[in-house]
Amino acid sequence: MSSLNSIRDTFFEECEDLLEALTEGLANMADGSADDETVNAVFRAVHSIKGGAGAFGLEQLVSFAHSFETVLDKIRNNTLEPSPEVLRVLQRSGDILVDIVDAARGDEELDSPAVGSTLDELGEILGEAPKSASPEPEAEFSFQPMTIDVETEDDPLAAFSPTPVDVPNGETVGFEVSFKPHWGLYANGHDPSLLIVALSQLGDIEVELDDRDLPEFENLAEEAAHLSWSIRLTTQESETVLHEVFEFVEGLCDLTINPILGESPLPTDLAADVEDEVHDQPETAETVPSETKLVQPEPTTPLKEKEKSDPKKSSGPRPTLRVDLDRVDRLINTVGELIINQAMISQRISGEGLDGSGELSNDLEDYKLLAREIQEAVMAIRAQPVKPLFQRMSRIVRESADATQKQAKLEVIGEATEVDKTVIERLADPLTHMIRNAVDHGLESTETRISNGKPETGTITLTAAHRSGNVIIEVADDGGGLNREKVLDIALRKELVKPDVELSESEIDNLLFMPGFSTVEKVSNLSGRGVGMDVVKNSVNALGGRVSINSTPGQGTKFTIVLPLTLAVMDGMVVSVAGQTMVVPLSAMLETIRPNSDDLYELGTDRQLLSVRGRYIPVVDIADKLGLLRQQADETSQIYLLVETENSDQCALGVDQIYDQRQVVIKSLDSNYRSIPGVSAATILGDGQIALILDTDAVATMQNVAGAANRLPEPVMEM
Amino acid sequence: MSDPHDTNLRKAESEFVTFTAADQSFCLDIMQIREIRRWTPVTILPHAPVEVLGVMNLRGAVIPIFDLAAGFGLGRTEADERNVIIVAKVEHQTVGLLVQSVSEILSVPSEKIQSTPDVKSDTTKQSIPEVISLDEGMTRVVDLQFVAKVVSKVAA
Amino acid sequence: MTIKVLAIDDSRTIRDLLRISIEDAGFDFECAEDGVLGCEKFDETEPDVVITDINMPNMDGFGVIDTIRGSKGNRHVPILVLTTESGEDLKSRARNAGATGWIVKPFDDQALVSVLKRVTGFAA
Repeated sequence: MSSLNSIRDTFFEECEDLLEALTEGLANMADGSADDETVNAVFRAVHSIKGGAGAFGLEQLVSFAHSFETVLDKIRNNTLEPSPEVLRVLQRSGDILVDIVDAARGDEELDSPAVGSTLDELGEILGEAPKSASPEPEAEFSFQPMTIDVETEDDPLAAFSPTPVDVPNGETVGFEVSFKPHWGLYANGHDPSLLIVALSQLGDIEVELDDRDLPEFENLAEEAAHLSWSIRLTTQESETVLHEVFEFVEGLCDLTINPILGESPLPTDLAADVEDEVHDQPETAETVPSETKLVQPEPTTPLKEKEKSDPKKSSGPRPTLRVDLDRVDRLINTVGELIINQAMISQRISGEGLDGSGELSNDLEDYKLLAREIQEAVMAIRAQPVKPLFQRMSRIVRESADATQKQAKLEVIGEATEVDKTVIERLADPLTHMIRNAVDHGLESTETRISNGKPETGTITLTAAHRSGNVIIEVADDGGGLNREKVLDIALRKELVKPDVELSESEIDNLLFMPGFSTVEKVSNLSGRGVGMDVVKNSVNALGGRVSINSTPGQGTKFTIVLPLTLAVMDGMVVSVAGQTMVVPLSAMLETIRPNSDDLYELGTDRQLLSVRGRYIPVVDIADKLGLLRQQADETSQIYLLVETENSDQCALGVDQIYDQRQVVIKSLDSNYRSIPGVSAATILGDGQIALILDTDAVATMQNVAGAANRLPEPVMEM
Repeated sequence: MSDPHDTNLRKAESEFVTFTAADQSFCLDIMQIREIRRWTPVTILPHAPVEVLGVMNLRGAVIPIFDLAAGFGLGRTEADERNVIIVAKVEHQTVGLLVQSVSEILSVPSEKIQSTPDVKSDTTKQSIPEVISLDEGMTRVVDLQFVAKVVSKVAA
Repeated sequence: MTIKVLAIDDSRTIRDLLRISIEDAGFDFECAEDGVLGCEKFDETEPDVVITDINMPNMDGFGVIDTIRGSKGNRHVPILVLTTESGEDLKSRARNAGATGWIVKPFDDQALVSVLKRVTGFAA
C-alpha cells in the first residue's frame, strides 16, 4: 500500500527530528542545563517514536522505547532522581534507540547484545524505583473488568430486575440494564441516546425512560442530570460486549447489568409501557446537548490571542516546508546560469561600447545585485545548522572513551552555525574520525592526566563558526599534544621523509596527514578501521576546504577545517596562465606582487625564491605543475600571487596576467569527467568559456609533472 | 553492464548516425546521441590523456571533449571548420566526441549487423563490437564504454 | 452530511495515519500539531469530534480538553484522547479531565472508525 509506505517514510523522517531533540535533551540533562520542559521534550520524543513504531509493527522499537519512556516518565514525575548513573544509561539508551531506528528503517531488528544489556539497565533502574507505577504494555482495547455499581437499594429501577444475580447455570438470553447518567457524562460530551442506540445494535431492545426526578422547567439546574433509563436487551452477546458499550462512561453513571436467564418469564407488563422514542429522550429531557448547538463558540482564550497577535513569539515551531532536494538543486543551478548570463550580458554590452550609457549600466548593476540576492536566498535554503552533526559526535566521544577506558566529554560551540547540507553530510565521516582520534590519541590516560595535575575527564571541544566567508570547524583536545619526536620517528621508519631533512615543528605536525602515516603502534579498539588522517584531509579537500593542525605540548592538539560557505559559488581572481584563463580562490590569497627582477633568486637548478619584505618565499610555476605549455618565459613580466597553503606556509604562484576579481559559479569536473590534481573545479566565464579553478594547496605541494600532456595513448586500432 | 546492442533486445531495425573520424566510417546508435554541435574552442585540462582535448560549456554543464580518432590510436583529428562535436550520454556522464564530420542517419535491419570478426586486439573488439556492411563499404559500430573508461578513470 | 474530525497530535506520522483512516471512512479531516494550534483550529473549523494526543508541546491533551470544555457551547463535542496506555489510571484521568473516550495507539482503522461513529452517532 503506497500511502502506508509514504507514511512509513514520514515516520522515519520524523524519527530523525525526534532523535535529534532526544540527543539534545539528554545532553542538556547530562550537563545540568535541563529544565522540566527538557525532560518533557525528551519523554515526548521517545513516546512519539514508540507511537509511530507501533503503527508499523516495529516491535523491537516499541518495546525498547517503552522501557526507555517508562524511566523518563519517572524522572518527569520526580519519582526517580536522574543520578549520573541513570543519565549514563539514558544516553546509552538514546544511542541504542538511534541504532534500532536505523535497523527498523531497513526492516530489520538490531542484532546487538547492547540492546539486551541496555534494556537490563533500564529494568534495573525501574526495579529500584517504586514498582507500582510501572505500566505494562497492554493489548489494544483491552478492557479491564469493570466495577459495576450494585448499590441497587437506592435505585428506583432495581425493582425491574426480576432475576436474582446469583442464579446459576441458566442460559443467558439477554440483560437488564439500568442506566442513570451523572452530570459528568453529559459534561464529557456523551449522549445517552447514542449509548442506547449502540445497545440496540446488539439485539432486540426495550427501553423505558424514568423522568420522575425531572424538576419543573423553572427549577431546572444547568449542571445536573435527572434522567435514567431501564433497558431490556435480548441478545446473544456476552456481558463483556455490553460493558464495552459503556466503557467510556464508566464512573460517569450508575450502571447495573444483570443477565436474564432463559427460564425467566418475560415481564411483559413493563415492556408494554415502553413507548418513548429513544432518540428523543436527551433532547426533550436533558437540554444540554441540543441547546448549546446554537451557542456561538466563545472568543479565543487569552493564550490563543497571544499567539495570533505576535506570531514571532509563538512558542510553537516556525512553520516549515519540506521540499525535495532535487528541486532546490535545480533552482540553485538555474540561478547559477542566471549569474553567468548576467556576466555575459555585461561583457557583451561593454564589448559594444554601450556601457557609457549611465541608465543602462545602472540597470545592469541592479540586475547584478538582484541576481546575487536571489542566489544568496537560494543558497540559504540549503544551509542547515551543524547541530545534528555535532550532536552525533557526543556519542562518538562516549564510545571512544568507553573503548579506551578514558574519561572524556564533548563541548560544543557554535552549533547554530549554518553550513551547506551537502557539506554537513560529507563532514560526518572525517569529523567522526577526528573525534575518535582526539580521544584515542589526543587525550592521555586517566592516570597520566591525574599525575600531570589535569582534570580526570578530558575535554574535546568542537567549534563551528563563520569567519571571513568561510566555515571554520575546529576539533580540539586538552590532551598531551603531539609527540613530535615520535611522529618524526615513525615518518622516518616508514620512509615518508628523508633522514637528512630538517623539518620545522609545523612540518612535523603535518606528517600526520601523509598517506601511510599512523601513530598507532598497537592496534587499539578504535583503530583498524583503515582510516588515517590522510583520508580526512582528502575528504575535506574534496569539499574545497583545508585542514590544518596546531599542537602545544602538554596542552593539547587542535585540528582546524576551513570550508567554503557554499559549494556553489566562490570569490576568485581571474588570471591567465600559459594562455589559459584560470581562477584562483580569493580565500587562499594574501596579496599580489609585481616584483622587480632583483627580487627573484634562483635556488639550485629548478627552484626560485621571491623576496617579499625580506622573507624568501618559494615560487611555484603553475604552468609547470599542471603540465601546460608556457608561451612566454619572461619571469619579470609575471605577477605573483602570494598564497597561504594549508600548513600556514606561503608560496608565490606565478601568473601571466590578472583580469579581475569576481564571484564565480562552481561547476564540478567530476560529474562528466574526473578530478584533476591541482584543479578543484571549473567555472563558466562571461564569454561562455570554461575556466579551471586552481587548487592552490595541491599545486603548491605537487611534484612537477613535466610532459604529462605529451603522453601518447597506446594504439588500439588495428583495422 | 548490459550491452546496448544485445541481440535479444534489438528491434528488427535500428537507427545509427554515421560519421567520419580519421577518414574511416563509424556509427553510433541514435539513442545514445543527445545533439550535434559545431566545434568551439575548448579549455585545456592539465594531466589529460591525449584523446581528451579539454572541456566545453554545454548550456552550463562542463563536458569533456574526446577525440575519437586519437582514442582509436589513429592520430589526432586535424582542426577543421567542418569538425563537429557529437554529444552523447555514456553511463551517467555526458561527453562530446570530436569527429571530422557527420554523414547520415541509417536504418539498418538487424541481420545486416555482424559482430566484429576476431582481431588481435581485445580493446578494438570491445570498442567496436560490431560492423555494418553498406553498399559503399563498411561502418564500425562504436561502443562508448571505452570512452567512459578513459574519461572517468582516476587520474594518475 | 458527513462528520468533521479534528486530530491534534505532534507526530506527523500519527497525523498522516489518522488522516488516511478517517478520510477513507468518508469523514472530513482537519489536523493540528500541538494543543495551542489545535484549540485555534477547533474554533476555526468547528469539528464534530476531536481526537487529541496527550503528550504534546505547548499545550498537552488535557489542556486541550480544558480549553474546549471551558466554553459551554462546546461541551457536547466528543473529545477522544489518543494514548499508548490503556491502564485504568489513564482512563480515569481522561474521564476526570472531560474526555469522551480514548483510542489506544496503535489503532486499527476499523476500531478507530467504530469509536468515532459510536461517540458521534454517525451512520449508526
